[in-house]
Amino acid sequence: MSEVHAHPNYVKVWYWLVILLVISTLGPMLEIPAITLITAFGIAVIKALMVAANFMHLKFEKHIVWFLFIMSLTLLGVFFFGVAPDVMMTEGDQWIDCIADNSCVEQRL
Amino acid sequence: MSTRGPVATHRSSTGIPAGRLAVWWLLASEIFIFGGLIACFVLFKLNGTPGFEDASETSVVAGAFNTFVLLTSSLTVVLAHAAVERGDREKAFTYIWYTFAAGIVFLMVKVYEYSGKILSGHTITENLFWSFYYTMTGLHALHVIGGMVVMALISFDVRKGYNYQRVELIGLYWHFVDLVWIFLFPLFYIANF
Amino acid sequence: MSEAAAAIHTEDHAEHHEELSFLYKYILPVDHKMIAMQYMFTGLIMAVIGGYFAYVFRMQLAYPGESVPFFGIVGPGEYNMMVTNHGTIMIFWVAMPVLIAAFGNFLIPLMCGCDDMVFPRLNRLSYQIFLVSALVLILSFFVKGGGFGGAWTAYPPLSSVPEFSLTDWGASLWVLAVALEFVSFLLGGINFVTTAMNARAPGMKMLDIPIAVWFIVIAVILFMASVGPLIAGAVMLFMDQRIGTTFFLPSGGGDPLLWEHLFWFFGHPEVYVVLLPTMGIVADIITVFSRKKLFGYRTVLYTAFATGGLSFVVWAHHQFVAGIDPRMANVFVVTTVLISIPIAEMLFSYIATLYGGSIEYTTPMLWALSFLFAFLIGGVTGIYLGASALDVYFHDSYFVLAHFHYTFFPITIIGMFAAITFWFPKMFGRMMNETLGKIHFWGTFIPFNCIFLPLFFLGLAGQHRRIYNYDHFPDLATEELQDIRVFATASLVIMLIFQVIFLYNFFYSMFKGEKAPDNPWKANTLEWTVPSPPPHGNFKTLPTVYRGAYEYSVPGREMDYWPQNMPPDES
Repeated sequence: MSEVHAHPNYVKVWYWLVILLVISTLGPMLEIPAITLITAFGIAVIKALMVAANFMHLKFEKHIVWFLFIMSLTLLGVFFFGVAPDVMMTEGDQWIDCIADNSCVEQRL
Repeated sequence: MSTRGPVATHRSSTGIPAGRLAVWWLLASEIFIFGGLIACFVLFKLNGTPGFEDASETSVVAGAFNTFVLLTSSLTVVLAHAAVERGDREKAFTYIWYTFAAGIVFLMVKVYEYSGKILSGHTITENLFWSFYYTMTGLHALHVIGGMVVMALISFDVRKGYNYQRVELIGLYWHFVDLVWIFLFPLFYIANF
Repeated sequence: MSEAAAAIHTEDHAEHHEELSFLYKYILPVDHKMIAMQYMFTGLIMAVIGGYFAYVFRMQLAYPGESVPFFGIVGPGEYNMMVTNHGTIMIFWVAMPVLIAAFGNFLIPLMCGCDDMVFPRLNRLSYQIFLVSALVLILSFFVKGGGFGGAWTAYPPLSSVPEFSLTDWGASLWVLAVALEFVSFLLGGINFVTTAMNARAPGMKMLDIPIAVWFIVIAVILFMASVGPLIAGAVMLFMDQRIGTTFFLPSGGGDPLLWEHLFWFFGHPEVYVVLLPTMGIVADIITVFSRKKLFGYRTVLYTAFATGGLSFVVWAHHQFVAGIDPRMANVFVVTTVLISIPIAEMLFSYIATLYGGSIEYTTPMLWALSFLFAFLIGGVTGIYLGASALDVYFHDSYFVLAHFHYTFFPITIIGMFAAITFWFPKMFGRMMNETLGKIHFWGTFIPFNCIFLPLFFLGLAGQHRRIYNYDHFPDLATEELQDIRVFATASLVIMLIFQVIFLYNFFYSMFKGEKAPDNPWKANTLEWTVPSPPPHGNFKTLPTVYRGAYEYSVPGREMDYWPQNMPPDES
């Protein structure tokens, strides 16, 4: 089957994951948004990396699999930033203001 | 390892067994499905779309408990893999069914959450936040159910002593489902600002 | 999906010498060649449906309001439904199954020198899902309200609200069919990529792989990487239609532009998903029939990588007039123009391969050469459309339509005919008739240009795409413009009539044609070293590969070809 490699100590990894989970749950109680952001998403990233590296054995996997996942996430980033200006920045729609009183519609026709 | 099937299945020019390589590709394509949904959610959230403040209404306790359940199930499924590598079929069988049980617990908590939310008026059509909430957690729950079905099927093969490699494959999939939840948890439960 | 991947090993695999029952040989095969046939015939049947739709709506445009032979009076709803489903069918149910699934299935194991796909039963499952998706699509034509008529891009809110689209269940079944088709190709794609990565013959290094296999695999990877967000989007659209969520409805806080982004983030790479297999097939045909090494194997390969990478950052050029951020439009203009560089480089490599070769004008070669010619026109007109300033005028005009068909007709139809005529001897063990093949070629290629060249001029004259009866628009209903429309429609009818010759040739040759030798074209790649048609398990002894796929006319050798599996000391 798969090649022989030393196993990580799975139970120890699990302890750390649970500790991180507790921290991320308690983070928002400080009620500082910046800290919540770090404890919520920073820790999510760390947890994800720990699960991927230890449980999914990515530590021992060929580099091509890392390329695969980095490529996937990069493309998602491209998608996000390509779409972001359209969904999030609506200040370009200045004509919304003048539709109500019809002032600029005729002028622009 | 079984020697049945075409020769092609047992070749390995990359050094990765065919089954595992296929699962990596499967997970890569799943990244895009969940990633696409998460990207859309984040876009709307950062845009301040009305309704997203409802994130405070989700139960952090239930979410955290479910995260704990899935993390633990990830541990049991990887222990099943370790057991099967040692050749300990009975132990592997037990660990697979522990994982299955964790899946049941996870789904029960989800049902409890869904029914509570629906009874308090937060249906899927109430606003975009709840639309995303039910769509994404629902899609995730479907993945959990799918994984559980496959796990149940695999466990009996393993106890009879063949197709050991599948324990690792379903494990990889299960960890991925866990990973998705690791990101859904802060998105829906914690980040309510 | 992983269920399927995992379930692969559950039952025993058929032994090679065992005679299979009809059911398992033709209906539920696991053999990659038979699955390739299933995909091909399903694709051809769908092509007939798509072609019929094209005939009906072109007749309506040429003779508005008159009864169309073999159909009747075309109403506006029926017109929309046919235009929409013509596009959907031709791309998702003809181009992809024939070019990628059929030829990918047939060629990857044979060209890589292995006995089957890595996961034969996953392969069968992916075809079955594909078949269901085709049936769901056909079913959607017959539900109350008729088939979906909101264009193959399915922009909301038109597509998401039944009161707007007037096709309550037609729209939902359409989304469902497309989603099922994606699932089928994801499963198939995982199989293709894994096979090409893992199951190559010993000795076959990365740069020994035939370009056709490389390009199909790159295409599949592009598909897998781009389709995810659209699957997410399809789920969201389906919920908008059926449950009443408002993901894409501004009235509920949603954003219709988001769907356009989700769609085109897939939709543009999709162009390259179908282009690359044809490019690969053409590369193989051109080298065989000019008896020359492929010019710049590595260059061709790297340009494909560049195309693949760039194809992910050009999608918004479909939305220049959709109200996207103008600053982003600038970025997308630059990337769109950039992507023409690798494609042009690829075409130049092919032309350089032809230079100085001893060219044989066989039917597949004619198709391959005409592909280069027609795709060049398609590509060059694409540069006009890529510039956002020009696109404001051209958008949604017949110029776009003509440009699109000058790319997709060569890719889908010409590429399909090139591949079928080239590999027909290997697939069915008999040769096709060359004379009929050439008549069919000229009878398709000349009318094709007569259909679509005039449409460029209609577009420049300002003819909008989405109008079913130009009599309602006095500016567009002039006699000159109407004459062009009639000319294009007449050319289409002539082209469709010539397809009868192909069908006759295809089926006659399949049963009565001249018996084909193992290697009728004197080609190098591994599929020509096995009997025609290859037996179950393909190779008697699995081959070892010693060299690249394009060693033609090597100086100092008696034979002008050098099969990949021939040991170096033999000649």
